[in-house]
Amino acid sequence: MNAAQPIIEIDDLSFHYEKENVLENIQLTIPMGAFLAVVGPNGSGKSTLLKLILGLLKLQKGSIRLFGEEIHRFKDWQQIGFVSQKANSFNTGFPATVYEVVSSGLTKKIGLFKFLRAEDHQKIKTAIDSVGLTEYRNRNIGQLSGGQQQRVFIARALVSEPKLLILDEPTVGVDAQNVQSFYEMLAHLNKERGITLLLVTHDIGTISDKVSHVACLNKFLHFHGKSEEFEQLQINDMSQIYGHDVHLLSHEHHHEGV
Amino acid sequence: MIGDIFQFEFLQNAFLTGMIIGVIAPLLGVFIVVRRLSLIADALSHVTLAGIAASLLLEKKFLVMSGLNPLYMGMAFSVTGSLFIEKLRTVYKHYQELAIPIILSGGIGLGAIFISLADGFNTDLFGYLFGSVSAVSRADLYTILFISIFVITAIILLYKELFLLSFDEEHAKASGIAVKSIHFIFIIMVALVIAASMRIVGILLVSSLMTLPVAASIRIAKGFKETIFYSVLFGETSVLGGLFISYYLDLAPGGTIVMIAVVILVVTIGLKKISSSRPVNNGVKS
Repeated sequence: MNAAQPIIEIDDLSFHYEKENVLENIQLTIPMGAFLAVVGPNGSGKSTLLKLILGLLKLQKGSIRLFGEEIHRFKDWQQIGFVSQKANSFNTGFPATVYEVVSSGLTKKIGLFKFLRAEDHQKIKTAIDSVGLTEYRNRNIGQLSGGQQQRVFIARALVSEPKLLILDEPTVGVDAQNVQSFYEMLAHLNKERGITLLLVTHDIGTISDKVSHVACLNKFLHFHGKSEEFEQLQINDMSQIYGHDVHLLSHEHHHEGV
Repeated sequence: MIGDIFQFEFLQNAFLTGMIIGVIAPLLGVFIVVRRLSLIADALSHVTLAGIAASLLLEKKFLVMSGLNPLYMGMAFSVTGSLFIEKLRTVYKHYQELAIPIILSGGIGLGAIFISLADGFNTDLFGYLFGSVSAVSRADLYTILFISIFVITAIILLYKELFLLSFDEEHAKASGIAVKSIHFIFIIMVALVIAASMRIVGILLVSSLMTLPVAASIRIAKGFKETIFYSVLFGETSVLGGLFISYYLDLAPGGTIVMIAVVILVVTIGLKKISSSRPVNNGVKS
């Protein structure tokens, strides 16, 4: 894959549940190495967009290309790491160490009836180090704080060495004072390891100086561009995006080669 | 008893069987407990009872069946019951635990009918309910040995998948693991282990051998592999200790085994209390 190849290309994507339209005419291109934040209020279609990208929902209209391949033909899901909202389905009393949880991220990659090899153990250690949990490696996951647990899940996604990491509201359950360092860690992963990040969140304030691109979503995609431009726009437009008159906003947003 | 083991085949059978189920019941139990499926073991053990009763009834009414080991019919019922549970869990997606009382009461109801049809059994039904040292035959031992080889091999080979399925089913699905097939193999193993353990601990107490050692282990273990290790250690201790004591004091082995497991559980809870309260007490007058 050449470097100019965008990781995700979404074209004219619309989606509806029953009769309600959730996403309309979404255009979005995520270049390799980007750190894109998709922000938007509750019910804006953020999760639906992620599910479509992850292939968990069936396309209704429009197209999604992952690594240049149409999504229905895309096979190489190992390239994509996903960290869901921690709150769902995680049993904090589960008797597993950080190391064991992170190693479970390799399950599919290693394959049935095969065991972890020395190089896999090295990958697990590297993934744990890269989220800053080296000294917690042998702790039970239930003994960690919310922010640390979220880092464990990121390490689990990183261990299979994906090129793209998708995070769905990763700071839910992370206490306010740790949110900043959490985003710093993500920015570090993006810069140092060259992992493309797609983050869905509603902490607009905290992220804008960490990410490279921002997209605002509320059924329509309102803007996506470099984060500096977003900051200028923010003051004028955010109230509109989050307000009632969203539909009046033009879809003619700045493309800027994104 | 050590001397008696060399003398009496039935004691050898009971002991070897006990050693095997002391490993496989808690081993599977770890996965059952962390997946919050503890009650499935209960439901399946009651279905196994229906199978045993059906077998004994056929044996009594139709002499043709007299050669058939009730263990096989118990296993067949248990496996069938496990498939019904899975079916019911998909029927009642939002009330998955409903499958358990449905199967449990169905199993007991059927068992009660079979028992009444036979006007009570000559065979010692009590042994099936609460376990028996003398009931294990060589054929039972071989069947149970075969089951344990299957179960241990499957768990070693599918360990990664079973771990991921237990810890985070959603993630397992999303990463393309064959969740349904793995779960299917798992539930079949549970059904087989329940039928296998029933001879020694008895139908009513089988599920406790799968859950109590794990409950104790979770209190003190660090990590999943350690949880498995302690569960098996506690399970084995309970079974061997229980068999010794019940043989000498002429008690029901199932009850004795379970009570040892309860004692271990209480001790681990107590130990954890002491060790976790110590730093707090340091500065406090008591």
